[in-house]
Amino acid sequence: MNPLVKAVEYAVRGPILLKAGEIEMELQRGIKKPFTEVIKANIGDAHAMGQQPITFLRQVVALCTYPNLLDSPSFPEDAKNRARRILKACGGNSLGAYSASQGVNCIREDVAAYIERRDGGVPADPDNIYLTTGASDGISTILKILVSGGGKSRTGVLIPIPQYPLYSAVISELDAIQVNYYLDEENYWALDVNELRRAVTEAKEYCNPKVLCIINPGNPTGQVQSRKCIEEVIHFAWEEKLFLLADEVYQDNVYPKDCQFHSFKKVLYEMGPEYSSNVELASFHSTSKGYMGECGYRGGYMEVINLHPEIKGQLVKMLSVRLCPPVSGQAAMDIVVNPPVPGEESFEQFNREKEFVLSNLAKKAKLTEDLFNQVPGIHCNPLQGAMYAFPRIFIPTKAIETAKAHKMAPDMFYCMKLLEETGICVVPGSGFGQREGTYHLRMTILPPVEKLKIVLEKVKDFHIKFLEKRLFVP
Amino acid sequence: VMNGIRDKVLTLDTMNQSVKNIEYAVRGPILLRAMEAEGRHWGVKKPFTEIIRANIGDAQAMGQKPITFMRQVLALCQYPDLLSSPSFPEDAKKRAMRILQSCEGHSTGSYSASAGIQMIREDVARYIEHRDGGIASDPDNIFLSTGASSAIMAVLNLLVSGKGKTRTGVMIPIPQYPLYSATLAEFDAVQINYYLNEEHYWGLDVAELQRALEQAKAHCQPRVLCVINPGNPTGQVLSRENIEAVIRFAYEEHLFLMADEVYQDNVYAEGSQFHSFKKVLMEMGSPYAQQLELASFHSCSKGYMGECGFRGGYTEVVNMDPAVKQQMLKFQSVRLCPPVLGQILIDIVTNPPQPGEPSYQQFQQEKKAVLSGLAEKAQLTEKILNKQPGIHCNPVQGAMYSFPCIQLPPKALQRAEELGQPADMFFCIQLLEETGICVVPGSGFGQKDGTYHFRMTILPPLEKLKILLEKLSQFYAKFTQEYS
Repeated sequence: MNPLVKAVEYAVRGPILLKAGEIEMELQRGIKKPFTEVIKANIGDAHAMGQQPITFLRQVVALCTYPNLLDSPSFPEDAKNRARRILKACGGNSLGAYSASQGVNCIREDVAAYIERRDGGVPADPDNIYLTTGASDGISTILKILVSGGGKSRTGVLIPIPQYPLYSAVISELDAIQVNYYLDEENYWALDVNELRRAVTEAKEYCNPKVLCIINPGNPTGQVQSRKCIEEVIHFAWEEKLFLLADEVYQDNVYPKDCQFHSFKKVLYEMGPEYSSNVELASFHSTSKGYMGECGYRGGYMEVINLHPEIKGQLVKMLSVRLCPPVSGQAAMDIVVNPPVPGEESFEQFNREKEFVLSNLAKKAKLTEDLFNQVPGIHCNPLQGAMYAFPRIFIPTKAIETAKAHKMAPDMFYCMKLLEETGICVVPGSGFGQREGTYHLRMTILPPVEKLKIVLEKVKDFHIKFLEKRLFVP
Repeated sequence: VMNGIRDKVLTLDTMNQSVKNIEYAVRGPILLRAMEAEGRHWGVKKPFTEIIRANIGDAQAMGQKPITFMRQVLALCQYPDLLSSPSFPEDAKKRAMRILQSCEGHSTGSYSASAGIQMIREDVARYIEHRDGGIASDPDNIFLSTGASSAIMAVLNLLVSGKGKTRTGVMIPIPQYPLYSATLAEFDAVQINYYLNEEHYWGLDVAELQRALEQAKAHCQPRVLCVINPGNPTGQVLSRENIEAVIRFAYEEHLFLMADEVYQDNVYAEGSQFHSFKKVLMEMGSPYAQQLELASFHSCSKGYMGECGFRGGYTEVVNMDPAVKQQMLKFQSVRLCPPVLGQILIDIVTNPPQPGEPSYQQFQQEKKAVLSGLAEKAQLTEKILNKQPGIHCNPVQGAMYSFPCIQLPPKALQRAEELGQPADMFFCIQLLEETGICVVPGSGFGQKDGTYHFRMTILPPLEKLKILLEKLSQFYAKFTQEYS
């Protein structure tokens, strides 16, 4: 088979999840375990963990799906208006028609308007908006078009360590060169431009570094970059002639009052024409995160800045082979960028539901950080954003040796044992990358508060037992 | 650097060169031209009132209505409040509840397992068993996908390896649906053309397969044989004997067989019948049934459903190495999962209303109306086009296109060459400009050298289709007159 595909790894749904699946089957067959259910804290799937969809969003997509409902008194006018507008822009006025490969026109316009509002008036051109099948699709498409050259001129792609392993997987698949830059754990996982510089300089020996990927807010680390940091990164990209990828799918998930999301696009623009006319940038957003959690809809978009017009043509051509992103996902994205506004019938309920989800996540972020930090041998940086904790775990030497004997990364060994003892499924830090000799795990903060407390309690108990060597035999 | 604007990082020269080689005619230059024509300000009276997009197999865009039951179930799944509404039939509610139970968090907004919701995979396996007269299908071999296209690309991706003379060669029919050529270009695999026989209703001759294979062995490693049945753009429906011969050939030559069967519900001609490759393979028994590697593809975009925008589809893999299957699952997991609504649509296809259920009659009515409408339009298209001297249209046995052969006068060929266009592209552009009718030149699908075709869908409503066909014939007559 294709050796490039063989090399691909995606830890979030990798070996630990396969094991969790086996254990679930065993539970179903009545095999007795120290727990009654497997808790899948491995994946950023909010609805799977009980988060409710936003009513307005589901009303609009239902109306679009089954337009007979436009005559139903049970649906508010503002939802109906949005549905009518979307349907009018669809072929045959149906979600079942293919859309243009770049996405339904009026939705792209709505996305551009949203970006302008979000960025305090910085202009956005609908022509630069591409709707995608989740953000993953957009990211992988852009990376695909960027990768070229051979040997020492093979495209190098800078990615943060730790990273969301879509990046390493796509780089593997494309046979591009992965260039790691380390986030600073001692400093709330901050991005240090000096580290970027070190990475690029070293990489130039063996590849052509061309792309710089940023995840902000970070996954798995949750750090929210300061404006100053973003400016430094943009300046660096400008200096080193790097194409910037800004993965901003967690832009609505920012928790501490003193943290704020700044879009790369806005900062770029505000840095003046030398930067804003030159730096090539692709920014990504999705319906899967935020307050929406609509993962299954596979909705997303990317905004591209300063792309060569011929490249844009190539991009559309490439996208046209797969025809178009799911139109229902495009519709979901439309509601994200075009939500009820004050004065509209649905505004109050919408706002309430949104605030509830976000404040709940903020609460859980703090809770998780605090509870983890109470455990001896676990240190958790503040969760500034996104929906994960990525605590550092101390693994005793004997455990490391045992893991190696089993040909496993030590944190994989730890996570497997955690799963077997407690039913809690988290992803080992080795799946995201980490500094040599350090170990982490990534756990979502998505279970409901009470369940989350129990989960954290169980992890604490497990860890203490593990430290006392009671849970592994050398 | 000029005017403070410097050279870009990403240019035609620095981009992925394989991507540059991709072409997808269905949404290629002719469509761009159509869109441009649509947006153009005409200084004089337009020769037409609208652009008719007969370029793409998108039934609902051309006015076909969705199946009511399907949309009801989808709406119920997305907005479960509707489960208490009296306006929805019980059978739709039952299905929606069953589906929601199988979704994580009982929501269509959760990711599903990467191969698709387990229950739906089981329903698909049962559906296949029923379709194939009881031949077993394992849910473990079913991968739900984002339309059939993504599964086809995923399987091809797995298959491509080697370098230079050992680079994977993939046999594709000419004419073909240009997803195949585009994907091979993107993956830098070797395209091996085998020609369908236009004189014989676009039949597939094993002798031609043999010829193509032998020639290819000199410069690549042929490993894959792609068949589209019913065919696109040609619409031919393979006979059972034909399928057996292809299977035997694939087995003897140790080729991985890919059977694109998305038009399996679109069979019109008397005497034509859809036989799935899976069924025929199994019925051929040993050694084929146990050893031939096969991937079959289906979609909710075609058939009677026409739900293109939902991107629903699946592949069934047979005799795939278990380790490779694991790899395929791993690869799918990077994209997390196919759109859940598309998966649900596939489920409804496998689990439609049964006799006795409240929605059964309406469902059958709607389904029959679509399919008989298409059959009627298939016949009409063949008839009207064949009336025009210089146009020859093979019977449209299945799918949703006609792919007529057009004779082009030497002066037209000359003019096309001057303009640097394939001759049938030149014809199609003139057709578009004069009549607003957008069809795709045969060169976009491949054809024997020196022949010219275009692909037109049979999807516009009957009356509109009649007008379209008349206009097209008239234009053709005028065109050949002009360039005689």
